[in-house]
Amino acid sequence: MSYRVVHYINQFFAQIGGEEMAHIAPELREGAVGPGTAFDAAWNGEAKIVNTIICGDSHFAEHEKESKAQILAWVKEINPDLFIAGPAFNAGRYGYACANIALAVKEELGIPVLTGMYEENPGADLKDKVLIVATTNNAAGMRKAAPTMAKLAMKLMKGEKLGASCEDGYMNNGIRVNFFEKERGSRRAVKMLLNKLADKPFTTEYPMPSFDRVAPNPAVKDLSHAVVALCTSGGIVPKGNPDHIESSSASHYGEYCIAGVENLTPDKYETAHGGYDPVYANEDPDRVLPVDVMREFEREGKIGKLHDYFYTTVGNGTAVANAKKFAAEYAQKLKQAGVNAVIMTST
Amino acid sequence: MVKEIERAGIPVVHVCTVTPISMTVGANRIVPAIAIPHPLGNPALTPEEEYNLRKKIVNRALEALTTEVKDQTIFEV
Repeated sequence: MSYRVVHYINQFFAQIGGEEMAHIAPELREGAVGPGTAFDAAWNGEAKIVNTIICGDSHFAEHEKESKAQILAWVKEINPDLFIAGPAFNAGRYGYACANIALAVKEELGIPVLTGMYEENPGADLKDKVLIVATTNNAAGMRKAAPTMAKLAMKLMKGEKLGASCEDGYMNNGIRVNFFEKERGSRRAVKMLLNKLADKPFTTEYPMPSFDRVAPNPAVKDLSHAVVALCTSGGIVPKGNPDHIESSSASHYGEYCIAGVENLTPDKYETAHGGYDPVYANEDPDRVLPVDVMREFEREGKIGKLHDYFYTTVGNGTAVANAKKFAAEYAQKLKQAGVNAVIMTST
Repeated sequence: MVKEIERAGIPVVHVCTVTPISMTVGANRIVPAIAIPHPLGNPALTPEEEYNLRKKIVNRALEALTTEVKDQTIFEV
């Protein structure tokens, strides 16, 4: 008898469609679909995907409660030996869905779960709560991810003891296990120090936690005299995308003058974002960057002034380090221009 | 990006649909939006209703900017 597995994937990996199909509700299918066949092959008959659950990424994000309830009901009825989700690589909503549905299955049904994604995926925030295999940031890494996930999945199904995160390929989940090292501490410490002095690579045994949080700034006192700027990760650009901001993994941001622009019309503006269905944003770009409303508030005197420039990029698989760099740079420009507050919109 | 703007000393509000991601990212003032492809709009409404909906969300964003917060706060619309 082989172990029974349920696999969760999104509309893209089910080959239903891209962003235009991201709204689809959960669907239950028999057997393996898409990446599931790679797991089945790796398990070689010892385990098998009995059902695949497919859900659109936007649907899960926008109807999380309903999606979870439906998926949990199916998984409960199937009662598999393991629930596996993804891998999601660097797809943000997909990773978020994988980690959250896996956590729900684990907590509500007590079934072992496993997922996989890139370390910067927002879903990886749950790595302390669900087992997440670290993958590359795009689907080209499937060949490497599938065997690692399959092997770890098998350990979970057999109830075997897991190795350390660096041995079994999952993200560090904060659990410490006692064991005897081959060399004593003083020797290891001296070795590490010698490597450090020689500029050679070394691995600390006690990484410091990094809490990158910025304390909130004081509130704006008098909005009626404040200059407010609009920024977005939703990819709104002048029609034709003059600076060629990439539709994913953006390498730069755009700075565009909107002095005298009353409202963003579809003949002059559009979105460059490749990570959501662009139809609605292209029909009326104010749906992402609300210039029309800000102008009304400016006329009414509710705000002092809408800043003459907006800053924009595409937040789609964009490296955190890049996003950080973009905003650090334009924040200085905003500051020099005397901007008092910023509204950032995200899709 | 919100964190970098905050770090530069400018109060910032994040208007977004998936608020848990905004929490992860570290935004301090968060206003939930309508949907991923149209955060500040809803094509199912009449243009007038849609404009009013957008006005409501931007208004809430401005309220968030004028409200003192100590920690990450979601301002429900």
